[in-house]
Amino acid sequence: MPSREEIFDKVKSALVDALGVDEDDVTPGATMVGDLGAESIDFLDIVFRLEKAFNIKISRGELFPEDVLSSSEFVAEGKVTPAGIAALKARMPFADLSKFESNPSVQNFANTLTVEDMVRYVQSKLAA
Amino acid sequence: MRWFWIDRYEEFVRGRHATAVKNVSLAEEHLHDHFPGVAIMPNSLIVEGMAQAAGLLVADAIDFNRRVVLAKVAAAEFFFDAVPGDTIRFKAEVLDLKPAGSLTKVISTVGDRIQGQAELFFAHLEPGEGVPKLFETDELLRWLDQMHIYEIGRDEAGNPLSRPDW
Repeated sequence: MPSREEIFDKVKSALVDALGVDEDDVTPGATMVGDLGAESIDFLDIVFRLEKAFNIKISRGELFPEDVLSSSEFVAEGKVTPAGIAALKARMPFADLSKFESNPSVQNFANTLTVEDMVRYVQSKLAA
Repeated sequence: MRWFWIDRYEEFVRGRHATAVKNVSLAEEHLHDHFPGVAIMPNSLIVEGMAQAAGLLVADAIDFNRRVVLAKVAAAEFFFDAVPGDTIRFKAEVLDLKPAGSLTKVISTVGDRIQGQAELFFAHLEPGEGVPKLFETDELLRWLDQMHIYEIGRDEAGNPLSRPDW
């Protein structure tokens, strides 16, 4: 199992290639959408690059749970319901959702995922 | 009218790689203004040629059952300008192919020199709401015939491709 630093370096290089950002911008606390400018299509590109870099398989919706966020079961009036939060936590144990919980509007979700979440995600996949 | 930026394929191996040719001619009107007296094939249109060469390769690999749309152009580099009289060859390779998208690499050459290269990322959209139909089937088939895909195309095992029965 590679070290956290080795994982971070590979994640960083995937994000630099996929998003065309500078290496210096890819800090652990940087948000994927707000700080690095990732759009929905970029997440697909990032999935491709992470799969290749780490030799892992990433299923659709695993990294970015668009199905939960667009589900009428889990979203009411633009906000993710407590059941939805529970679903997100179950699906994304690697992500720190504490900030999102305080204002769980769907629009906010995009700004929740950070580079560190990506690193933790890869760690969890490699440990599985 | 559609913009066709490849003339035909010379090689087409289903789901793997293909080579398409584009002959640059002063008969193309856009070159008259780009630039008067010094005609240069715009690299933006070379990217479109790359996308057509790689896009058909990907669309064929998924049986044309999703709409293959150029979503991202990554790492595009150009080393010199293509001019009237040049024959550009687009060598496209599928790097990764999934139901939802594909990553390809295309190199454009003139003679034995590399003119440019890019990584092209395609999204495969499901037909339906919000996704316009890109081609009518007879129109698409005409294009594929024009591209000589069913004359020179092979599958991975080397067998000729059969023309779809749409």
